Amino acid sequence: MSEQRPAGAAAADRLPVLKTHKVYVGGKFPRSESGRFDRALAPDGTPIANICRCSRKDVRDAVTAARGAQAGWAARTAYNRGQILYRIAEMLEGRSAQFEALLAAGGAAPDGAAAEVQAAVDRLLHYAGWTDKFQQVFSSVNPVATSHFNFSVLEPMGVIGVLAPESPLLGLVSAVAPAIAGGNTTVVLATGSQPLPAVTFGEVLNSSDVPGGVVNILTGRSDEMLAPLAAHRDVDGLLLCSPDPDVARSAEIEAVHNLKRVAVRPHEDWAEVQSPYEITDLQEVKTTWHPIGS
Amino acid sequence: MSTTGTRVESPPIDAVGVEERVARLCSRSIKKDAKLQALHLTLSMIDLTTLEGADSEGKVRQLCAKALQLHAALPELPHVAAVCVYPALVGVAKRALEGSGINVASVATSFPAGQAPIEIKLLEVRKAVEAGADEVDMVISRGRFLAGDFAYTADEIASVKEACGDAHLKVILETGELGTLDAVRRASDLAMRSGADFIKTSTGKIKPAATMPVVLVMLEAIRDHYLRTGEKIGMKPAGGISTAKDAIRHLVMVRETLGQDWLDPDLYRFGASSLANDVLRQIVKQRSGIYQSFDDFSL
Repeated sequence: MSEQRPAGAAAADRLPVLKTHKVYVGGKFPRSESGRFDRALAPDGTPIANICRCSRKDVRDAVTAARGAQAGWAARTAYNRGQILYRIAEMLEGRSAQFEALLAAGGAAPDGAAAEVQAAVDRLLHYAGWTDKFQQVFSSVNPVATSHFNFSVLEPMGVIGVLAPESPLLGLVSAVAPAIAGGNTTVVLATGSQPLPAVTFGEVLNSSDVPGGVVNILTGRSDEMLAPLAAHRDVDGLLLCSPDPDVARSAEIEAVHNLKRVAVRPHEDWAEVQSPYEITDLQEVKTTWHPIGS
Repeated sequence: MSTTGTRVESPPIDAVGVEERVARLCSRSIKKDAKLQALHLTLSMIDLTTLEGADSEGKVRQLCAKALQLHAALPELPHVAAVCVYPALVGVAKRALEGSGINVASVATSFPAGQAPIEIKLLEVRKAVEAGADEVDMVISRGRFLAGDFAYTADEIASVKEACGDAHLKVILETGELGTLDAVRRASDLAMRSGADFIKTSTGKIKPAATMPVVLVMLEAIRDHYLRTGEKIGMKPAGGISTAKDAIRHLVMVRETLGQDWLDPDLYRFGASSLANDVLRQIVKQRSGIYQSFDDFSL
């Protein structure tokens, strides 16, 4: 028999239900195949949520999803990719309050949280604008001494493994947006101390016309997931957002198996990390020699 | 041998029971050494297949080269069981595989629809065998079978078997067109009694193809046939098995239904075009610990 309680007391006595935030893979929200989870803690140590502790098999599945989505994403017109990035910005703007609350729960001051969400929205707009322009700026017709047209164009690398920065929203957006703007697909390890904005950003992506698999977001521990991601032979490039030189170095060693390109972003403050070179660093240059006349 | 007039008694199939049994068998976890062994066994059971209108001699020679050496970095791997092509390309495959121990299988009898006069089908079988086919994959006339003309189907299989001579006969039931598991069981029994050396699920041109429930029903038919007659009939699922994980599930089901004897390329085959590369990927992953890319393996 349950004990009779006076009205109103129930809320105070009630054990809170902690949400288990699922990960974002292939446009779906699965749990980790491992069944494991970690506690996300507020700065004062109180548990605020459960998050999936993903395994290397989740990494494998995410790479499969990213590979499956890559050709289709790269084949979209640059203009359409811009529209979709713009749509992500719109959806993020609409959920500003939720992200401000998440950032505040992670210890950000209210003003700072609002400013970070706005900066993240603006960053998406920035790269939305660049999708159909960076080719014009960075491709070239090259002077050669033979009777050839010689021109260089940028092509996406393919699947990019991203070690997300500690900066939970602005840093994440600053790393992912230029990668997908250029036609890559990504596997993002959101292993910082505040993973909640990242998994919630997955919900934003899912309602933003981004095809499933273009961005895949895993939570857990980087010491379990980074090495298999860095070594994975179906990953074409790595974007390592960590100030720790040892993390970058060990990942670069794993990356030699298939000669991945590795870009390191050691920034702790992401306010100014915005440039078309963030896109071109995740592109390959294709140079074509085309014979002319005789 | 004529089986005209014989009645085929087949037990009714409990579809719900089959689904449950399959679900249980699919939950087995095969890891480490056992997985590696299963992967090697899978490779040795593959009928590497190309059955496209656009198949050329070059395409077949390329497939045969793949059959002879699956992965240059692992020369000690077992070779596949057979290469499966259209009759017109049997000669090309035969020459390319000379002396390798790899069989040449040919589809025949107006594959995949089987809608041709019986004389033409038999001629096609004879031509394929003349050209060097070690194995013949025939399709049954599903239209006649579904119309209840079991005697026609039985006679058809028996005459194709006769035309095969020494070549092994695999009988494709095309289970995706048979509709029910009861019909699959009946067609399996009929094929085995009419001279099939192997029964095979599908042409690969129709979906669904080799689903687990269908394969289980066929395996049980093979088991019952063995218990009744002592004859070991082979099984070949084909179509839709493209991952190592699927293949291992099939092996578990074979082991649990028919026992160890059938875990042998002489009695079990996978008809597949892309399975080999996924198995290779898993073998290299198992050995190196590094996830592999399809780009690392030849077509």
